Amino acid sequence: MSTSPPIVRFDAVEKRYGDGPVILDQISFTVHRGEFISLIGPSGCGKSTILKLISGLNPVTSGSATVEGVRPENASQELAFVFQEPTLLPWLPVQRNVELPLKLRGTDSAKRTKVARQCLELVGLGERMDYYPRQLSGGQKMRVSIARALSLSPKILLLDEPFGALDEMTRDHLNEELLSIREQKAWTAFFVTHSVAEAVFLSNRIFVLSANPGRLYREIKVDFPYPRTNDTRQSPEYQRLVGEVSKLLREVENLQP
Amino acid sequence: MPKKYLTYILPLAMGVVFIGIWYAVRASLGDERAFLLPTPDEIIRAFGDHGPQIWSGTVNTTKGAVIGFSISVIVSFIFALILSLTPLIRASLYPYLMILQMTPIIVLAPILILWVGPGLASVTIITFLICFFPLTVNTTQGLISTDRNLVDLFKMCKASKHQEIFLLRVPAALPYFFTGLRIAATLAPIGAIVGDFYAGNSAGGQGGLGFLTIIFSSQFKIAALFATAVASCALGFAFAGIGIGLGWFSLHKWHDSYAKTDS
Repeated sequence: MSTSPPIVRFDAVEKRYGDGPVILDQISFTVHRGEFISLIGPSGCGKSTILKLISGLNPVTSGSATVEGVRPENASQELAFVFQEPTLLPWLPVQRNVELPLKLRGTDSAKRTKVARQCLELVGLGERMDYYPRQLSGGQKMRVSIARALSLSPKILLLDEPFGALDEMTRDHLNEELLSIREQKAWTAFFVTHSVAEAVFLSNRIFVLSANPGRLYREIKVDFPYPRTNDTRQSPEYQRLVGEVSKLLREVENLQP
Repeated sequence: MPKKYLTYILPLAMGVVFIGIWYAVRASLGDERAFLLPTPDEIIRAFGDHGPQIWSGTVNTTKGAVIGFSISVIVSFIFALILSLTPLIRASLYPYLMILQMTPIIVLAPILILWVGPGLASVTIITFLICFFPLTVNTTQGLISTDRNLVDLFKMCKASKHQEIFLLRVPAALPYFFTGLRIAATLAPIGAIVGDFYAGNSAGGQGGLGFLTIIFSSQFKIAALFATAVASCALGFAFAGIGIGLGWFSLHKWHDSYAKTDS
């Protein structure tokens, strides 16, 4: 893995909004193709800001960030974002919600429909194409949101606490689905979460951040092989890692003034 | 009794009670003052006696109301689009929009008569003006209240400004727009009648319901006045119904306010 060129690279990145306080301070990391990175840390540590920088939505203040070797705003074709909320357009049926990013890029409607169908089948909602978001459960809406992100065939998927509002069962299921979809699509993922268990289950590396200003406090490697299943959660090694990361997180929280 | 029957029976029962009270009040007035409150049957007879007059008045008022309302919807929408572009534009134009709203029709009417003459043109402009404010304010509010995350989504997909406005901001503003439309729809007939009262034209059967009010009251035809009120009410209900219907047609499939609930 380390022989391929990095897909995302941060070098001494600093971020502040206007004259405000430093949100991110001296963040450096290198991520390679196919990695699944989780970002975890207390509120205000700038996890979501890192996603926004990678997406090119906001520029870095100093230091350098590159995606596929170029500035993030020039690589936006390569990535897709899954927000904390499903952020669906309530006036469009599910299918047309999934088609939206392609429509905005001017893809013709036959191709759009085909891609939307594939992506919805991938998340298990092939039968719900004509439903309006109002008619779906919270978990289903999130699946549509993921299908929409996948419709762009992104190389990088940025997920900002996508399952935070869901119950634990639904969250576990979606975590497993997310990994199984990744087996077929092989994107690189940046996943912001508050859940240690989720981070350990999904990632091959976990970045633990500290707050005020946001710094990269520690990096944890998770070596279980993919595909991971519910059995992974039962293994003592998994339990041990969850304990370790939880302890780290508490450490980081105690750092706060 | 099942609830669904109650929702029909109770309003009807209320109507019967109301009419009963009406006759009772009339009876208590005594013969000398009976003319003050015509009974429902007298009002119905007045419709017969003055049918053609009330009908043509209703038609003329409807014309002014429909034209003024329609133009107001279109112009306010374009105006709201412009207002939604930047806070600076809003700050520069809102005070003048307020001036329009603050000027009473009674003051405007003589000016309009001077400018465009009495009759349909004046009535249409007054209706336009009375509908314009609620339409513009609501639609503008809708256009600037778009969910931040959806705007970010569009940015990330490199959507053009045109796409952002017409695929995102405008549909997201529709619930607000229809709130304004419902208010404007109830105001339109009132505007047309008041406008007709002050700036109507009696010549050649061009008078509307406002003008009829003047005529009937000068002739002391109280029952006919009540009949005019009934016609105005009917027009108001028709407009309100159209406003609500258009909102339902555009929103019921997706908007939460039309979601079926248990209660």
